[in-house]
Amino acid sequence: MTGTVRLVRAALRRDRWLVLWWTVGLVALYWVTAVSIPQTYTSQHALDQAAAALDGNPAYVAMAGPTRALDTVGGQVAWQVQAFGAVLVGVMAMFVVVRHTRAEEEAGRDELVRAAPVGRLAPAVSGVTVSLVVSVVAGVLSALAVASTGLDPADSFGLGLGLAGCGAVFTAGSYVAAQVAGTARGAYGLAGGAVGAAYALRAVGDVGAPVLSWLSPIGWYEQLHAFSGLRWWPLAVIVVAAAGTLVLGGWLLGRRDYGDGLRPVSAGPADGRLRGGLGLAVRLQRGSVIGWAGGLFLGGLAYGAIGNDVGDVIGDSQAVTDMLAQGGVSLVDGFYGTAAVMLAVIAAGFAVSSANRPWHEEEAGHAEILLVTRLPRRSWLLGHTVVTVAGTIIVLGAAGVGLGGGYVLTTREAGHALRIGASVLEYIPAVLVVAAVARFLHGWAPRWLPVAWLPVVYAGVVVFFADLLRFPGWLRGLSPFDRLALAPAEPVRWLPIVLLAVVAAALSVAGQAGLGRRDIG
Amino acid sequence: MSTVTTAAVIDIQQLVKTFGRFRALDGLDLQVAAGEVHGFLGPNGAGKSTTIRVLLGLLRGDAGTARILGLDPWRDGVEVHRRLAYVPGDVSLWPNLSGGEIIDLLGRLRGGLDRQRRAALVEEFELDPTKRARTYSKGNRQKVALVSALAAEVDLLVLDEPTSGLDPLMEAVFQRHVRAFRERGGTVLLSSHILAEVEELCDRVSIIRAGRTVESGTLSELRHLTRTSVSAELDRPVPELADIPGVHDLVVTGSRVSLSVDTAALDPVMRCLGEAGIRTLASRPPTLEELFLRHYGDELGAETR
Repeated sequence: MTGTVRLVRAALRRDRWLVLWWTVGLVALYWVTAVSIPQTYTSQHALDQAAAALDGNPAYVAMAGPTRALDTVGGQVAWQVQAFGAVLVGVMAMFVVVRHTRAEEEAGRDELVRAAPVGRLAPAVSGVTVSLVVSVVAGVLSALAVASTGLDPADSFGLGLGLAGCGAVFTAGSYVAAQVAGTARGAYGLAGGAVGAAYALRAVGDVGAPVLSWLSPIGWYEQLHAFSGLRWWPLAVIVVAAAGTLVLGGWLLGRRDYGDGLRPVSAGPADGRLRGGLGLAVRLQRGSVIGWAGGLFLGGLAYGAIGNDVGDVIGDSQAVTDMLAQGGVSLVDGFYGTAAVMLAVIAAGFAVSSANRPWHEEEAGHAEILLVTRLPRRSWLLGHTVVTVAGTIIVLGAAGVGLGGGYVLTTREAGHALRIGASVLEYIPAVLVVAAVARFLHGWAPRWLPVAWLPVVYAGVVVFFADLLRFPGWLRGLSPFDRLALAPAEPVRWLPIVLLAVVAAALSVAGQAGLGRRDIG
Repeated sequence: MSTVTTAAVIDIQQLVKTFGRFRALDGLDLQVAAGEVHGFLGPNGAGKSTTIRVLLGLLRGDAGTARILGLDPWRDGVEVHRRLAYVPGDVSLWPNLSGGEIIDLLGRLRGGLDRQRRAALVEEFELDPTKRARTYSKGNRQKVALVSALAAEVDLLVLDEPTSGLDPLMEAVFQRHVRAFRERGGTVLLSSHILAEVEELCDRVSIIRAGRTVESGTLSELRHLTRTSVSAELDRPVPELADIPGVHDLVVTGSRVSLSVDTAALDPVMRCLGEAGIRTLASRPPTLEELFLRHYGDELGAETR
């Protein structure tokens, strides 16, 4: 363990922004939920009605967990936030741990560090420590934030420490994934898959097979029963599981060769069939397109399956009715409109990462050997652009199929399902605008490319918080997603669609021109 | 005789390239004639890779001119790229593609490669083309880039320290194929730190330092500028040796003398030694290494400023 302290300090310094934003984000989620529940349900009567409608509804149980004490503000807060918070902290753990372990190893930097007088486990321990620090700090601050709204302090700490515990388990799980997979990408996939599996196991378990929930750390979190008869012993299960998984990871680290995973890398073809820039771009990005499409299909399916019940649940809640049903549209359609825009914002994450890919190719030195062949710069970039555009359509299409499919599964109304599913496609130009911002930055100021994530984050803020924080119209309108009609609740407006498409095309062309003018790499 | 009589394949005049405040190239000149293998030497950070990247149209020069194959690399990049193949110093490949896939992808992008030569190169370099690039060592990544470049049908090879990761056996394979390429009429720009390789392969050499060309010519021309070491055992002492202009580092121990001599003064020195009665004589022409050190030795201190 020699050198661990120094490496932890270096890792915290290197990741100070990442650490800060994840912490702020997680705490904000808990705080906003605690603040918004009393605003949504303004009377005990409203809470009672909501509880009666939600109680035991399988779709809601699957999404958020067992329905307990939903006629109290604390019960509502815990129920709404805990599964979502656990997934978020899991994603954080995945990013931080893999970044400091497998990704460092793949980049070859880890080799330098290890050659210095540091213990075999020290580099891994430093990544794990950063993730644990974020989990615990976010957990404690979330507890304080929830308690600050006037809710019971002990239960608030149950809610916060449960979050920290989930973070610890997912940290350990990501550490194991980093040992098993042979590549950083593979480790991200495995660790992310584990978070998804934990959520899914708990969903199925909570609905009808309680045993399965006991296999999931999110299930243990729910078992703390924060704000519904708090008990502390499930926290012990979480701590033991995290510690045990960490030990397993350390043991695996000793059983594999440096630079390899437990699974050997398979052989490839001796001859290639890749033809040109487009073929290569497809090959490089197809895994990511498939992954995002699969994820958004499942997300759409989940939203699609529950939407028809939405009227029962919040039908009498005046605030929500006002929020969703501007202009007297049906609540169900309003729900699907919101679901569609949420899925589209998530899809924008794919689009930006796809538009970032050419710059990663430059940074990695791959562009250097490509661009000294007869492949012109513009064709190279165009290949990636085509993949981004086609990928966006595929990913949004998958979300739409999921949304419509989920609806059909629960209602057997194919006609309306088609309308609901198709509503996601309206957002193609908005997603492409966000991707085109990234392409523009890539062309003219590639060092600023991380800024391209801001529009995605901002669009998310508008979708989730604009009503709550009472954003004025112009502030909402900065998000391209807000410019479009909330289909299927509102009729599709074509003018903004066309205008957004024009903006996307103009930014793309400008980005292409910028690439033609600057140095490569 | 060192003037370029045949068409210049590469012609760089007074090239300047700055990165922010750092002047990477500071009025660099470089001429490479058709059909020659041209060695491109310089210490780390002298600007070799920057020069090559400007020549390939990846970077844009700030002042001066660079012509390659008669074209402007920045404006006519693709036209230039049709006729050359490039092996970078630090070969970075797509981790999940196999070596064979990458060789063929780059080959197609260069307009096709000679399948027979590809097969021969893979065999001779002992490269396993089915392995994923992430599992290759540095040397094997270089082999992938070399196979695809040497199997391509091009007029010019631009090689930036192409053999730094290869073992001596593979180095020999490399040299054989570069010679074969020249015999087919090709031109080569070879940046290298392996001076033995440069001596073995290159017709002409340019040495650069701090972004400027300090020496350019054939190896024999460059040798002319430097000194031959001579040591001999003589019948009787020759005090007059010290008076010959061009004699340096003279050491006399009894009947043994050792000295280094400017090429121009070789004749009077030899005559002088002959008259003293030579019992044994050893003389050694300057190595490229000595040439190199003469140019850089004086700046070992200055470079660290």
